[in-house]
Amino acid sequence: MRRLRAAKDKIARYLMLGIAIFTILFLLVIGLSLFFKALPIMRAKNLWVLLSSANWKPFKGDFGFLPFILSTFYVSLIAIIIALPFSILTSIYLNSYASKNVRRFFEPVVDLLSGIPPIIYGVWGTLTIVPLIANKIAPRFVEFSTGYTVLAGGIVLAVMIIPLLISITLEVFRSIPKEMTDASLSMGATKWQTVKKVILRKSISGIIAATVLALSRAFGETMAVLMVCGNITQLPHSIFDACYPLPALIANNYGEMLSMPNYESALMFSAFLLFIIVVLFNGISRFTLNQIERRYQFS
Amino acid sequence: MKQLEEKIFKIIMICSAMIILGVLVYIIATVFYRGLPALTLDMITKLPGGGFYLGKEGGVLNAIVGSIYIIIGSLAISMFISVPLVMYINFYLPAKSVFSSLIRFSLDILFGIPSIVYGAFGFALMIFLGVRASLLGGILTVAMLIMPIMMRSFDEITRLLSRELPDALLSLGATKYEMVKVILRQLMPGLVTAILLAIGRGIGDAATVLFTAGYTDNIPNSLNQPAATLPLSIFFQLGSPVEEVQNRAYASAIILTVIILILSFSARYFSSKFSKNKI
Amino acid sequence: MISTNQFLAKSDHNSFIGMNEPIILKKLVTNQSIRIENLDVYIENQHILKDMNLTIPEKSITCIIGPSGCGKSTFLKTLNRMHDESPEVKISGKVFVDDENIYGPHVNVIDTRKKMGLLAQRPCPLPMSIFENVAYGPRIHGIKKRKAVNQTVIQYLQYVGLWDEVRDRVRTSATRLSIGQQQRLCLARGLAIEPEYILGDEATSALDPLSTKKIEELFVKLKEKYTIILVTHTLRQAKRIADHIIFMYLGKIIEAGPTEEFFNNPKKQLTRDYLSGSFS
Repeated sequence: MRRLRAAKDKIARYLMLGIAIFTILFLLVIGLSLFFKALPIMRAKNLWVLLSSANWKPFKGDFGFLPFILSTFYVSLIAIIIALPFSILTSIYLNSYASKNVRRFFEPVVDLLSGIPPIIYGVWGTLTIVPLIANKIAPRFVEFSTGYTVLAGGIVLAVMIIPLLISITLEVFRSIPKEMTDASLSMGATKWQTVKKVILRKSISGIIAATVLALSRAFGETMAVLMVCGNITQLPHSIFDACYPLPALIANNYGEMLSMPNYESALMFSAFLLFIIVVLFNGISRFTLNQIERRYQFS
Repeated sequence: MKQLEEKIFKIIMICSAMIILGVLVYIIATVFYRGLPALTLDMITKLPGGGFYLGKEGGVLNAIVGSIYIIIGSLAISMFISVPLVMYINFYLPAKSVFSSLIRFSLDILFGIPSIVYGAFGFALMIFLGVRASLLGGILTVAMLIMPIMMRSFDEITRLLSRELPDALLSLGATKYEMVKVILRQLMPGLVTAILLAIGRGIGDAATVLFTAGYTDNIPNSLNQPAATLPLSIFFQLGSPVEEVQNRAYASAIILTVIILILSFSARYFSSKFSKNKI
Repeated sequence: MISTNQFLAKSDHNSFIGMNEPIILKKLVTNQSIRIENLDVYIENQHILKDMNLTIPEKSITCIIGPSGCGKSTFLKTLNRMHDESPEVKISGKVFVDDENIYGPHVNVIDTRKKMGLLAQRPCPLPMSIFENVAYGPRIHGIKKRKAVNQTVIQYLQYVGLWDEVRDRVRTSATRLSIGQQQRLCLARGLAIEPEYILGDEATSALDPLSTKKIEELFVKLKEKYTIILVTHTLRQAKRIADHIIFMYLGKIIEAGPTEEFFNNPKKQLTRDYLSGSFS
C-alpha cells in the first residue's frame, strides 16, 4: 500500500518533469524545424539579397522579401502609433482617476476586445474602415484609393493590440508603490502632475516593453490584416497604397504551388523570419516586465 | 493653470476610454447589423446544400460542428499537458527555482508566437508525418496554439493559492501526487476560466487551421477527414462575389461573435467565483 | 543552555478516559516522546534555530512561547518535516521521535507526518464535504472499507463535539461551517490519521473566545492519549492548559520547565522581563 502510493507519486513526478522539459524543448523544435525548412532558400540565395531585394517573381526564382517586410513594418508601426496614446491615456485613467465601478465596468470591455477573433476584426474592417478610407479620408490626399491600404491594416491592427497594451501598462502602473504617488499628492501636486512626474517616469521601461510586445503581436497578426490591406506585392509608397505583410503572404500561398522550386522553402523562410523576430521581441520585453514585477514584489 | 491642465487631460483620458468602448460597440453592432437579416435557423441547423456558394439553400452546420470537434480535441490534448505542468511548477518545484522561471519564460514566448507560425509549423509537421489536411491536423495545430494560453492563465490563478491547503494536506501524510489531486478540486473554477479563455482563442483562430484542417461541406466522421471551421467558413463566404453568400458570411460572423461573448462572460463569472472562494 | 534533566518530568497519567473513546485509537506506545539533540536550522543562511537540545515529555501539553520571530513556528515545522518543501532551509542535528531520528537516512517522510497531527493557525478545510474531510486521511492511508471509514468519521466528529452540530449536513461543503467549527473539524481530520503527537501552531489565534475555549478543552482531554506541543501567542493560554513551558528567544531556548514553576519562579532575567511584558 505504502509502496504503491510512493510509486504513483514517483511516476507522476517523472511524467510532469517530462512534460516540463517537453515544453521548453517545444520552442526549440519549432525554431529548428522552421530553420531547416527555410535552409534550401537560404542556401540558394544570399541572405542579404533575400532581405533587401524587392524583386518577387517566384516563377523565375526571384525571391526578394523587401515588399513584405516593409509592409509588415509599416502596418505595425501605424498600429502602434495609433494604439499607444489611446492605451496609455486609458490606462492612466483607469489606474488613477476612474472610480472602482468604472474600472469594474472596463475590465470586461478590454477582455472582450482581446477575445474577439481576428476574422471578426477583418469583417469589421472591410465593412467600415475600408470604405471610410476609400470615400472620406483618401480623397483628401490622393486621387484614388481602393481603401484596402496600409492605413486600413494599421487601424484594424491598432484596435486589436489596444487590449494587450492596456492590460500590460495597467499592470506596470499597479506595480508602482502607492506610497510613492501618495508622497507626490501630499506635497500638493495635482493628479496629472503626479502621473507625469511619478507614474509615467517610473514606468517608462514597462511601457517600452509593452510596446515591443504589442509590436511583435502586430507583426504576426494574419487574417484581419490580410482582409483589409490589399495584398499586392509592391513597395508601399504611402499609407494609401496597398501592401502585403509577411503573414498574409504565408496564409495566401502556403499549401499551393509547392511544386515550384524553392517556393515552399521561401514561404517557410518568412515563417522563420517571423518566428525569430517575435521570439526576440517577446523575450526582451517579457524579461523586462518580469524584472519590473520582481523589483516591486521584493521591495 | 495647474487646474486647467488637470481638467484638459482628464477630459482627453475619458474621451480615449470612451472611444475604445465605442469601437467595441461599433464592431459588435456592425456585425449584427449586417448579419441579422441573413441569420436564419437554417444557418445553424443545415449543411451547405447544392449551390450554397451561389446563394442557394443551406447553412454552416459543417463549420460549427467542425469547430467544435477541433476545439474539443485540442482541449483534451492541451489539458493533458497544461494541468500537470502547472501543478509541477507550482507544487513540485521550489518557489524560486530557476527551472520554473525558465518554463514560465518559455510559456511567455510560446504565447507570443503568431498563429500563422503555428499553422506553418503544423503543416510542415504534417507533411513530415504524412498526415494530410484533416481533423487530426487541425486538432494538433490548435492544441499548440491554445496550450500556452491555458497554461499561462491557469498558472496565474494557481499562483494565487495560499500555502495553507498544500501544507494541510502534506501534514496529513499525503504524497505530493495525492496533494495535487485535492488541490485541483479547489482550483476547479480557475481551470474552467483557463479552459474558456483557451476555447475562445482556439475557436476564433483561422490562421492555424487554414492549411491544417482543410475544408469540407460535410461533417467529418473520422480523424483523417478534412473539417470545416467557423472562421474559415466566414472567410471563404466573404470572398464570394455573390451578395447572398457574403451576407451569410456576416450571419456566420454573428454566430462566432455570440459564441465568443458567451465564453468571455462565463470565463469572467467563473474567475469572480474563484476570487470569492478565498485565495 | 538548558539541561534536559530538569525537563524530563514524566507525566504519570497513562490511563484512558472512557467517554467517546475511538476504537481505532488504541495504540499505547510506551516510549513515546520527542528528543532533540543539537538542532540547528538555517533559512537562506540565516541562523534561525540555534543548537536546541530538549526532551518533550509524553502525554502532556507542552507550550512553546516567545516573541514573534523567535523561531517557534520554524521549530514546530521541523517536527513533521514540513521544511522538506523549502530547499532554502538547512537542518542539522537530530530529532528523535519514538527513538527514531526523523532526519535519519532511511526515514519515510509520510510516516513521520502521519505520526504528527498538525493543527494550523487558520482552519483550512479541504475542498470537499465535512464527511470527506475527516475520511480523507484514513482513506489515503489505506482504510478502504466503507463501514470502517464511516465509523472512524463519526467517532472523531463526536470526539471533537462536532457530530451533534453537523450530523444532518455531513455531506455538505466544509467551507460553510463557522470558523470555530472548521478548526474542530481540522482537529478531527488530524486525529483520524491516528497520530501519536498533536502539533498546534497558534491554533486558536483566529478563533473567538468561545471556540478557543472548546479547542482548549479538547487539548486537555486529548493529552490523556497524545503528546501535545503547542505554539501559542498568549501567555494566559499557556498558563491555562500547559503542563510544561518552553520559552524561546532569538532561536534559543531560554528557559523550560513545568508550568507552575516557570510562571511563579522563573530563573532567567530574560524570562522575567518577558513575563512582565517588557517586550513581546
